[in-house]
Amino acid sequence: MSPIPDPAPRALSLAARLAATLAAVLALGGLAVALAAFAYGRHAAQESYDRLLIGAANQIAGSITIRDGAPLVELPVAAFQLLSLAPQDRITYAVFGPDGAVITGYDSVRSPPKGETFYNGRFTGEPIRLVQVHRRFAERHFSGTVTVVVGQTTRSRAELAWQITRGALTAAGLAWLVICLLAVFAVRSSLRPLRRIERALGARAAQDLTPISVAVPAEIGSLVATLNRFIARLDRQVATMRTLIADTSHQLRTPIAALRVQAELAAEEQDPDRLRGILARIHDRAAGLGRLTDQLLNHALIIHRADAAALDRIDLRTVAIRAAEETDHDLFSTGAELELDLPEEAVPCLGDTLSLVEATKNLAGNALRYGRAPVRLFVRATPAGPEIGTADRGPGIPEAHWPDAATRYARKTGVSPKSAGLGLAIAAAVARAHGGTLAFARPAAGGFEAAILLPPPGGRR
Amino acid sequence: MIRALVLLLALLAAQPAAAAPLAPEATAHYGPTTAPLRSLLVRGTTDIALFAPVLRAFAEANPGMAVGYEQWGSNPLYEAAAKACTGRFPVADLIISSAVDQQVKLVNDGCSQPHHSAAVAALPDDLIWRDEVFGITREPAVMVYNRTLVPPGEAPHSRFDLLDLLRPEHSRYAGRVATYDIEASGLGYLFAFADSEQATTFGQLIEAFGRTRAVATCCSAEIIDGVISGRYLIAYNVLGSYALERAAHNPELVVVAPEDYTLMLSRAALIPSRAKDPAGAGRLVDFLLSPAGRRALSATHLIVSPSEIYATQAGGDGGTGTSLLRPIPLSPVLLVGLDRQRRAQFIALWRKTFGEDKTTFVEK
Repeated sequence: MSPIPDPAPRALSLAARLAATLAAVLALGGLAVALAAFAYGRHAAQESYDRLLIGAANQIAGSITIRDGAPLVELPVAAFQLLSLAPQDRITYAVFGPDGAVITGYDSVRSPPKGETFYNGRFTGEPIRLVQVHRRFAERHFSGTVTVVVGQTTRSRAELAWQITRGALTAAGLAWLVICLLAVFAVRSSLRPLRRIERALGARAAQDLTPISVAVPAEIGSLVATLNRFIARLDRQVATMRTLIADTSHQLRTPIAALRVQAELAAEEQDPDRLRGILARIHDRAAGLGRLTDQLLNHALIIHRADAAALDRIDLRTVAIRAAEETDHDLFSTGAELELDLPEEAVPCLGDTLSLVEATKNLAGNALRYGRAPVRLFVRATPAGPEIGTADRGPGIPEAHWPDAATRYARKTGVSPKSAGLGLAIAAAVARAHGGTLAFARPAAGGFEAAILLPPPGGRR
Repeated sequence: MIRALVLLLALLAAQPAAAAPLAPEATAHYGPTTAPLRSLLVRGTTDIALFAPVLRAFAEANPGMAVGYEQWGSNPLYEAAAKACTGRFPVADLIISSAVDQQVKLVNDGCSQPHHSAAVAALPDDLIWRDEVFGITREPAVMVYNRTLVPPGEAPHSRFDLLDLLRPEHSRYAGRVATYDIEASGLGYLFAFADSEQATTFGQLIEAFGRTRAVATCCSAEIIDGVISGRYLIAYNVLGSYALERAAHNPELVVVAPEDYTLMLSRAALIPSRAKDPAGAGRLVDFLLSPAGRRALSATHLIVSPSEIYATQAGGDGGTGTSLLRPIPLSPVLLVGLDRQRRAQFIALWRKTFGEDKTTFVEK
């Protein structure tokens, strides 16, 4: 046995493929998570510190009283304690009277924009977040709206946002790690059945062509099924070969022995007339042997073809026509004519023309040889599927022999100068290769029918 | 003519604003006097006498670095720093003030720069804000009295004792209790404002001060001098560092940390945003926080341990209570006392208490 070459160009390993896909998915997911975490962190930090800000502003607004007809702000310590919960941030504030003048606080605070509770600004070189709160007064000596503006630098916000983001990213990172580990585990465990199949096949004896019976998950089940079909085909072909070799040796032994006997007789015969008669018999025998060899080779070819050739979409009627053309009527002693019985419409089927023609020719030969006229070669389209076959008026094969007709005649009848008896075996092999059967029938009108029943072109019969 | 008069009036009106001249009260110099490699300008409210040892130690530890020290009043110091912040006044390299609220405001207004080091990182949260202002001392706000003039039975140990002494109609303490003038002294204002936040005692105290015509005057040194000379019997809210320093040389002076609560001040140092040598200033800050610096500050009572202050007391139980200490944390909460209206109200209350004739008996 020659060393086995590298079986197939090696594609990217399954694990690598999975890893790449997973990495891409995780990278995209990670990016999305990071962006989301950052956005969420910023939002959460903004919201929390905005609450502090507005809380402080409300406290300041609440501390305003009207004294001597003017607003008086008693700046509450609590408000600043609230603000100093953002421990690293500077504070600016101002209270504006109805006229827009600063009552107290930082003069640098500009009067706030209309309509926005929170807004951004700058305070001596740093960005700040500001809030405005309004309080309306309707006192005897003072009426109008007093506006409180409180602002704070954004250091704590940024820090909190970063903390939240970092927390989320840490969690995402851990999840990422866990997913990776799980993925490795999943890849390993899902590849394990393949290893099992490999081991099971490796451990087999050379002759063992039984189907693989390893428990595998559904995803690999189809692969195993395909493999099993392949093995089955191999098994069938090996069996066919074996049968063929056995048949061939059996069938060739007898005529060759007969030839040898005739030849020995001829060697001892002195009478030229009788010698001539022996020579004529030797010639007949040799011709019969030649036909037999043809048929045997044909049989082997057809059987091999049937198993190997791709099935085409063909019209069964052309098969019938070709079979009728190639049937050599003179060979048959009955001298009967072959009538073609074809439908008007095409009869489509999936098949290999050559082997079907060969099978049909064999059926026709049988009918012409053993049947009684009129002999018909017919093609039918039935709901169960297309059929091709022959019918005659003779008694045909006894019903008891139908089940093993294909093999029976090849073995039992021995060989005659005219026929090797392989016709039915070929027809049956071709029918099987097409997913159909070789069937016999006795129509109600009498006579005998042998036909190959094919599955409909769309599916199984 | 009229125009000239108006101008004159305007000038006169403008006068009070510029009343305090922006100049140091005293200056000192440490380290090499000629051709120093680096020179550092420090402005502070601490008396030179108390601060000299630590600066001298710093100069010795950093040969080649000259340190100039200017002693300022707290309000002018703040004003100068605020002006220096916008480039309208020569800038210092380090500002150390006992009026920590003003220091915090300078930081809040962006007039300082951060300094990062292991020493400042080790500071507790109360003594550092934004890595820009650092509490370097620990000084209690105390009462002092003259033991030759105040009999032991009447010696005050708390604000309640002080209130009791002032309660009788013809108390001999009337008019002889002194405290800071909060308008003249930033530290006095800070203490008074902190008191007002701490307890309701403050209201009663203010009322008692008003009724007995207590004296509001300027500056620790003057107040303590007055107690030693016997002009005042008791002084309230005096800075412990000065009192302890004087008590060491004047046995009749008794220092009392109030037993109801004791305010604890940490003088705050900051490096101005426009400082010429921030690295040198940072080095000085680190030195002040170093063991050597702590020792030098402790020697002049700028760092006072709680046991030290409570141990000096006659009837005190000696060092029980750090819980009585009320540190004044360096945080933006201090800005409240400096609010324009809040301050105006507080000072109005103060003026009402001490009357228009808030006399300051300054004796040189």
